[in-house]
Amino acid sequence: MNAIVLKLLGQRIALALLSLLAVSVVVFAITALLPGDAAQEQLGQDATPEALAALRVQMGLDVPGPLRYLRWLGGLLTGDPGTSSTTQLPVAQLIGSRLPNSLLLAAITALFSVPIALTLGIASAVWRGSLFDRIASSAAVAIVSVPEFLVATLMVLLFAVKLRWLPALSYVNDIESLGQLLKAFAMPVLSLCCVIVAQMMRMSRAAVIDQLEAPYIEMVRLKGASALRMVLAHALPNAVGPIANAVALSLSYLLGGVIIVETIFNYPGIAKLMVDGVTQRDMPLVQACAMLFCAGYLILVTFADICSIVANPRLRHR
Amino acid sequence: MTERHPIPNFVGSHDSERLMGALKRGATRRDILSMLLAGGMQAGLAGGLASTVMSAHAQTPRRGGRIKVAGATAAATDTLDPAKQSNQTDYSRCNMLYNGLTSLDGSLTPQPALAESFTTSDAKTWVFKLRPGVTFHDGKALAPADVVYSVMRHKDPATASKAKVLADQITSVTASGPAEVTVVLAAPNADLPVILGTFHFHIVKEGTTDFATGIGTGPYKLKEFKPGVRSLVVRNEAYWKPGKPYLDEIEFVGIGDESARVNALLSGGMDLVGSVNPRSVERVKGTPGFAIFTTQSGQYSDLIMRKDVGPGANPDFALAMKHLFDREQMKKAIALDHAVVANDQPIDPTNRFYFAGLPQRPFDADKAKFHLQKSGVTGKVPVVTSPAALYSVEMALVMQQTAQRIGLDLDVKRMPADGYWSNHWLNSPVGFGNVNPRPSADVLLTQFFQSDAAWNESRWKNPKFDQLLLASRAETDLAKRKQMYADMQTMIHQEAGIGIPLFLASIDGHTSKLKGMSPIPLGGLMGYAFAENVWLDA
Repeated sequence: MNAIVLKLLGQRIALALLSLLAVSVVVFAITALLPGDAAQEQLGQDATPEALAALRVQMGLDVPGPLRYLRWLGGLLTGDPGTSSTTQLPVAQLIGSRLPNSLLLAAITALFSVPIALTLGIASAVWRGSLFDRIASSAAVAIVSVPEFLVATLMVLLFAVKLRWLPALSYVNDIESLGQLLKAFAMPVLSLCCVIVAQMMRMSRAAVIDQLEAPYIEMVRLKGASALRMVLAHALPNAVGPIANAVALSLSYLLGGVIIVETIFNYPGIAKLMVDGVTQRDMPLVQACAMLFCAGYLILVTFADICSIVANPRLRHR
Repeated sequence: MTERHPIPNFVGSHDSERLMGALKRGATRRDILSMLLAGGMQAGLAGGLASTVMSAHAQTPRRGGRIKVAGATAAATDTLDPAKQSNQTDYSRCNMLYNGLTSLDGSLTPQPALAESFTTSDAKTWVFKLRPGVTFHDGKALAPADVVYSVMRHKDPATASKAKVLADQITSVTASGPAEVTVVLAAPNADLPVILGTFHFHIVKEGTTDFATGIGTGPYKLKEFKPGVRSLVVRNEAYWKPGKPYLDEIEFVGIGDESARVNALLSGGMDLVGSVNPRSVERVKGTPGFAIFTTQSGQYSDLIMRKDVGPGANPDFALAMKHLFDREQMKKAIALDHAVVANDQPIDPTNRFYFAGLPQRPFDADKAKFHLQKSGVTGKVPVVTSPAALYSVEMALVMQQTAQRIGLDLDVKRMPADGYWSNHWLNSPVGFGNVNPRPSADVLLTQFFQSDAAWNESRWKNPKFDQLLLASRAETDLAKRKQMYADMQTMIHQEAGIGIPLFLASIDGHTSKLKGMSPIPLGGLMGYAFAENVWLDA
């Protein structure tokens, strides 16, 4: 098992690093195509040639693009993601102040959404065709079809403006007790759960059904195993691979794809930081964020792969 | 929106002054009642009146309390460096921490601030006497060297100051006494005290290069500053304005999304929010306990018709377009009445140099048609618009409708806000721009209408205008200056390739408990100087 798993792992990581490099080149190239640079964006309407020139020198934009890229890459390899060109603060510090917030939001959402989604998905697979399955499945389709900004806005109007139960903004600055934590996170987590629970549920249902229709399950049924045993001990281990992939895909979305939820609740997460970076043409910041999202995505997907490798007896016992 | 509760007429003004005076000395409701009864008033009436007097008294500022305020932007570029302030969130924050030598009041007239007085004989050499007893947040006394440093740093290109163009007219700033600085200009400018009252010329400590501590002389001290997230300020007990500020603490954040901002206000999460869309006004007004604060200012979105290229090269085309503005409809349908009709003159009615005598240019399709035919312009005319220039898309669409009636085909091109100022504004033959309120008529005309100005949007060149501009800048006689500005406004109204349909208002929303707001036409939130002026009603 070890040799194969290690070889697979090694390949995975090498590929991941290669993708990271490719992403950094693409991000750098695409952002170079955007109209205007950081100096122009910061001065906006006030841009005069002299002010622009002074600001460009201050931001280090007078250096040609490819050279800037190589310098940045060199810095990254030594563990220094550089200095933000608009704020002159270290990028590590900017990201460091936002990343914990994003991770916290992602963790809380995952904590609620994964068990709920898996339970619902497996249950509706077991009782497929039943009333429960039909209600759960159509509700999931309905929820996944509603854009999250609508869900979030409606929730704000109802729970914050009308009923005044929850704050309209999600503040992480003043949290001192568990109650405050729950209050602050209730609405963002709920609106994110709406999106990813439905996705994960649909995909795990499909994965389990796929297994339940396989010939070996018929064998299991013929030997007289109970329904619970049939699903938990026989079908589920074989469905772990696709389920882990579904979970990983949904969770990777929580890191960078939550910009709308961050905007509506004014949550100081990393997605907003990156969008700010793009609008201000702050290349070092944008690249560092892109690397981070890409790395997060690769880690999750690799982790899902490992899960399915380890869960697969044919690979494990060879 | 300063609501006053006048004491009913049946008490003479002398009496009401007497009552208010008694209240200020600490009279109770019972004292007031007995005063009124002693004057022969019947008990029921006196009771009602005493309540009115008490509530009017509640309008005097109350000390204490904490408010949460949301501006319209938040980004990692948020700054505490006065020279780098770039948006209303920066202005609001820096106004909490710093003061200028002067400050601008409701008519943008400079008032003494850190300078106790300012004098000049020729508008070229200015003497500013510094206020005694002013200290920075760290206890250091304000000295002339601080002023010299704070003003002169704008001239250094390395500072990358937003006010460099304004500072370049200053030749020298010197300490001419223990509490006095002398400013010498390259050319006379009667508006120097106005310029020094603007945000970028806030006074910092001599030699400051790292502004993270936000040490100034302002009404609040910095407690926490996280760019893009929030700032927290607490009352400066040693503030030089007696009794001010009123609040203990202000938490200031930026919320980029307008509906999130309004929701935050209405859910009780915020006490004051800036930049409310006219479309949200009814929602705020309709919720008990909340109010709207409108500031009419010199902000405008203008139609630019370049005089050097494109159809605008023909003066009749510009006149045709100016007659095509259905200003009343734009005011009603686009700005939802949060605007005043403008007259293609860039100085707005709140300004002391506004020329009211200029006849209003009406919406007149026949005249527009006449001028269009005279200009000989035919075919599609592209009009470049963008959400970056407030309401420009809507204005262009309204014009497109009216233009069809006279056989003019306007091709409205909607550009993204991102990159609009660097790529389209000033480059398109016909397009829209947006001009934020400027502190003085001189600054506005110099930046946007002088022949060689970098932002001469329509490339309108008139040597006579330039002469008048220079002369008015040096003129210290207010009446003569007014006349010169009237002449310049008339010239722009008639000749420039600039059509200004409306002057736009800034709208803020706040809880009814928040008192003390009065408009300063530099922008919303009391010209961003709300912090030291507002208080919370109990």
